[in-house]
Amino acid sequence: MPLVPAVTDLEELKNHPALARLLGWNKDAVEGAKFDRDEMTIHVERSAIREACVLLKEDPACPFNFLSDVTCVDWYPAEPRFEVIYHLLSIPNKERVRLKVRLNSGSPAIESITSVWPGANYFEREVFDLFGVRFNGHPYLRRILMPEDWEGHPLRKDYPVEGYR
Amino acid sequence: MAHLNPTPVLEPGQDRTMILNMGPQHPSTHGVLRVILEIDGETVVRMMPDIGYLHTGIEKTCEAKFYQQVVPLTDRIDYLCPMTNNLCYVLAVEKLLGLEIPPKAQWLRVLLNELTRINSHLVWLGTHAMDIGALTVFLYCFREREEVLKMFEMISGQRMMTSYFRIGGVALEPPLGFFDRVREFAGYFPEKVDEYENLLTGNPIWGMRTKGVARMTAEDAIALGATGPTLRGSGVDIDLRRDMPYSSYEKFQFKVPISQEGDVFARYMCRVQELRESIGIVRQALDGMPEGPTKADAPGIVLPDREKMKTQMESLIYHFKIITEGFAVPVGEVYQAVESPRGEMGYYIVSDGTPKPYRVHMRSACFANLQTLPTMCEGRLLADVVAAIGSIDIVLGEIDR
Repeated sequence: MPLVPAVTDLEELKNHPALARLLGWNKDAVEGAKFDRDEMTIHVERSAIREACVLLKEDPACPFNFLSDVTCVDWYPAEPRFEVIYHLLSIPNKERVRLKVRLNSGSPAIESITSVWPGANYFEREVFDLFGVRFNGHPYLRRILMPEDWEGHPLRKDYPVEGYR
Repeated sequence: MAHLNPTPVLEPGQDRTMILNMGPQHPSTHGVLRVILEIDGETVVRMMPDIGYLHTGIEKTCEAKFYQQVVPLTDRIDYLCPMTNNLCYVLAVEKLLGLEIPPKAQWLRVLLNELTRINSHLVWLGTHAMDIGALTVFLYCFREREEVLKMFEMISGQRMMTSYFRIGGVALEPPLGFFDRVREFAGYFPEKVDEYENLLTGNPIWGMRTKGVARMTAEDAIALGATGPTLRGSGVDIDLRRDMPYSSYEKFQFKVPISQEGDVFARYMCRVQELRESIGIVRQALDGMPEGPTKADAPGIVLPDREKMKTQMESLIYHFKIITEGFAVPVGEVYQAVESPRGEMGYYIVSDGTPKPYRVHMRSACFANLQTLPTMCEGRLLADVVAAIGSIDIVLGEIDR
């Protein structure tokens, strides 16, 4: 399929089930949206992420009941530096949506969504381990892939590929 | 070494229970999984999987490679289903590029993916049965797996790390005689599945070791992020091949096996039936294989044919440029998920417009499936832990990446 320009106008996109639900709840929680390559991305305000997840999970029309993935992208040296990314899937409606939260570089932290989906546990630990983003309210926030005594967060862009010698 | 600090499973003052370390070197953990168990006699009170022993930083390595150089890395994530990982990655990059893939390449990819699923499920069945004590099944399964690996060698030159898929198609035309060989295999394979089932499905010992063991409800499975047979064994009807088709899966007819019980036996039945469905898809792919090129017409992205390089100036230039500078991919991000033998394998790729990916994230099915282990095992017998680990079909390379 040839590429078409991304749509970022909220007015045009407001019929998407996830965006409609979030806009209907709290307009301030939505910082923006993008529809690109058949994929919907919604930028969510940092403090609203957990409630947004609950809301989407319990949407009667299109329940995004499955958390596929949590990950992070480091945009060093730009600010806000980190983007935490949630991929939700609606098993009944076969629909996906991507939520994004932007975080600043000074001690990045965000509310954990393990209380919504216990399955976020490992994913959040992985992001904490490799990016150093803290998840408040996580039951067991410790390194998962790297050794306990490792210094630094390897997937950050200012961490060299070959490591520190 | 890694993980000097064992997790504080046990609070001091409790002397009824004891801590048992299973792994990382333990034959039933299929690699280097360490499980910390708190046991009361033979009953598991709490358990905690500990991973990271195989972490090699593949996601970081990808950021330093050209897009086409990442393909061989994806093989090494999950060494039992290399083609599925190849497919997921190339589909993601093709989506970023907006590239159209010729039908023959798509059908070849489906064919090889189903062979990969058979390969992976055969290794799972053999080792899982061996863990529980049925040693013979292993030999039966590896007999057929050998044939699948030989077919992989025939088409790609490699038995395990195939790297056969390319951005824009597949590496080569399949060699002469390849389809005949696959057809012969597809002809006799269902009988072999009957043989495995004869050994296990009705076997009372197998039933006692698997039925009612390591149960998980559908709600728990969804909440914990389980996918693939681990989820379908609990009665949730989702298969990405059917529900969100990719690479022309919508043109194939197949059933998605579901079991309701949510125990080890249910997951076993799901996978064994998947073996039969997969060979059906292979047959359909053979019968309907379209004619035409196996690579997209996209100079600058797809390497030119060897013959053209010798006669055409442009082809030589493109070849040189792709090898030395890669190709730029338009700015954007995609999440592409495929149904791997273990569940939802997803690639999240962010491009910043350069020839190297800005970020490649692999959503590994086993990584999420592993979280279900404590739910399955707590309150059950120690011996059932082995059955539970086998039933979620973990590959540690994929978990640790």
